[in-house]
Amino acid sequence: MINFLKYTWLYSLISALVILSGIVSIVTFGFRYSIDFVGGTNLEYSISPVATKDAVKKIVDGEKINYSSLEITKTGLFLKSKPMDEQQELRLRTRLQRQLSAKVSIQRFETVGPVLGRETLQKTLIASLLATLGILAYMSFAFKGFNFAFAAILAMIHDFLVVIGTYSIFSRFFGAELDTMFVTAVLTTMSFSVHDTIVIFDKIREYFKYEGKGDIHHLANKALTETMVRSLNNSMTIIFMLLALTLMGGATIRFFVLTLLVGTVTGTYSSPFIATPILVWLEQRKKKS
Amino acid sequence: MKYSKYILPVVAFVVLVWMCLPENMHVKFQVQKSKVDFTIQPLSINLNLFGWTIKKDFRTKLGLDLKGGSHLVFEADISRLKAEDTNDAILASRDIIEKRVNLFGVSEPVVQTLRLGKTYRISVDLPGVEDVSQAVGLIGQTAQLRFMEIGSADGKIATNTPLIYQLTKYTGLGGTDVKKASVVFDPQTGKPQVSLQFTAKGGELFGTVTERNVGKPVGIFLDSFPISAPVVQQKITEGNAVISGNFTTEEAKQLSVSINSGALPVPIKLVEQRNIGPSLGATEIQKSVVAGAIGLVMVLLFMVGYYGQLGVIAAMALIIYGLLSFAMFRAIPVVLTLPGVAGFILSIGMAVDSNILIFERIKEEQRKGKSFDIAVRLGFGRAIDAIKDANITTLTVAFILFNPMNWEFLPQFGMVRGFALTLAIGVAMSLFTGVVITRRLIDLFYHAPGGKK
Repeated sequence: MINFLKYTWLYSLISALVILSGIVSIVTFGFRYSIDFVGGTNLEYSISPVATKDAVKKIVDGEKINYSSLEITKTGLFLKSKPMDEQQELRLRTRLQRQLSAKVSIQRFETVGPVLGRETLQKTLIASLLATLGILAYMSFAFKGFNFAFAAILAMIHDFLVVIGTYSIFSRFFGAELDTMFVTAVLTTMSFSVHDTIVIFDKIREYFKYEGKGDIHHLANKALTETMVRSLNNSMTIIFMLLALTLMGGATIRFFVLTLLVGTVTGTYSSPFIATPILVWLEQRKKKS
Repeated sequence: MKYSKYILPVVAFVVLVWMCLPENMHVKFQVQKSKVDFTIQPLSINLNLFGWTIKKDFRTKLGLDLKGGSHLVFEADISRLKAEDTNDAILASRDIIEKRVNLFGVSEPVVQTLRLGKTYRISVDLPGVEDVSQAVGLIGQTAQLRFMEIGSADGKIATNTPLIYQLTKYTGLGGTDVKKASVVFDPQTGKPQVSLQFTAKGGELFGTVTERNVGKPVGIFLDSFPISAPVVQQKITEGNAVISGNFTTEEAKQLSVSINSGALPVPIKLVEQRNIGPSLGATEIQKSVVAGAIGLVMVLLFMVGYYGQLGVIAAMALIIYGLLSFAMFRAIPVVLTLPGVAGFILSIGMAVDSNILIFERIKEEQRKGKSFDIAVRLGFGRAIDAIKDANITTLTVAFILFNPMNWEFLPQFGMVRGFALTLAIGVAMSLFTGVVITRRLIDLFYHAPGGKK
């Protein structure tokens, strides 16, 4: 049996470092918000035959479109702007077509009002609070005690912080955007985190049943030793899957999958190294009082 | 009958594979001299049993982001409605919009109402429709059809007022009196027109209206815009009328669809539109499918490498699990979107977890010196608690995200819901495979090292 709990200080230190740098990044850099949140237009054209960058840029500038980014590639252009309507889009397209004498076709044309973003976020927040309550209720029932549920939820909050912190760093350095896909990924991470924690807690619950609530420290170490292989194996398989999707999957889902990857790693890590020490601490406190 | 126990599983497996076959896949190859050329199609049931007709096609339904198309969100102007009527009016609008879209021949449209605080919205997903402006025009029309006559009876209005401003009096005849509208072509000019067939009451009303307006114009207005104002020649009693504007065939068709589906009880305005090109969807899906397949193969290799014979069984269980879930997606049917696919992939991960949990428990029991038979039984029993609790928690989360009661304070948007739905189906299926199928497969195929079982 390995004394995993001996190094609780180390786990706390690692987590604190990751979460702190994430929070620093959120405070200083913030996030790059996608049009889901701020509202605006995403417009993507494919243009054939190929035109020079300068020619395309001149035409777009001539249309007085208030764009925040303009990317001109070998096959077309991609721009983000303040909300555009159909007439503006049509005018730009016909002008490009006429002046470049090229075939211009729409690959993507999205316009969203900003209200939707805030509404989505608010509703998702309420949904996750409700889900947390649901988890608390179910775990308190299944594990016949509030401490298990509480420790699992704290580990989940830990994972939540890790994921949003790292995303802010991705956002700053790799241009990841906060969109509804990210919200989905965060929700996935949170449910995975609890899923993973339950497996270890199940083991501790079993020892409680057969050996009585003796030395919780000892029982927890025993449970960690027993479940470590499955934790590693299981995460490994999910990581294989997500790694393949990150490296080879489509570009639109890249940051989504990357977030899931971070979520899986922290979700697996937090179960033995965050949730379990918290549980041990809670149980010891209960005994003393 | 040594092999009889294999028959049922094999038959079930064949049907399952049949349900999951790719659509319209052309197979063409040559084996020496015999040519093989046919098209693979998934299972399609069309049965007639004791008067019950069962019709089911096992085909994948792709969402907007994968198939391409338009996503539109309209906001309703409810300022003129009484608070207690609002809900009914919005629901009626939803139905009318759906009817219009269906009449226009869009396949599998999704029309939903969204309520955000005090604003009401209707979102419309139109897979395969790329011409947004046409769709917007069709849906956005409130289609209040009205017949108007000249306002003051004594004709004191200055004669230089344009005709349409004189037509201010509502005759009482409107869109609700129309039984059917259809596109016809003027026999003389060949121009498209919209012909109206009135209901019995409408026909009578039209008779009195034309009777009192002989020699005078009667205006046909749509949403307070004049379409035409023909001068009445004589009383018309047949209960038919023709609107001849300067229509193109498309416009005439749209107008007839709008009149047939009825008027929208509330004015609506477009607030969001997304047009997603199908080519974007196609490359995305292809890349992700390839990536997913490679990931899956890696997972299977890992399982076989680490758990040996048990790993082979897990690999079989996983393949069955994948087919089962996919068949469920087709049977329900679930509209697959990118987040939906992601939810499915996550549930595959959780299914692998169930298997690993079971095997680790079995190994643990074996380490304690139990015989294989007993170790399997105990291992399953022990693992099931953890699997059950972990999966029920995930199901709870998926349930809340899916928002089955369509509560307005929870997400009502397709993306989060699509994710939750595939995740829930995936987790439920993984519970089933983990508990039932893996066990069965061990019974059928596993032989303990050393030959004793």
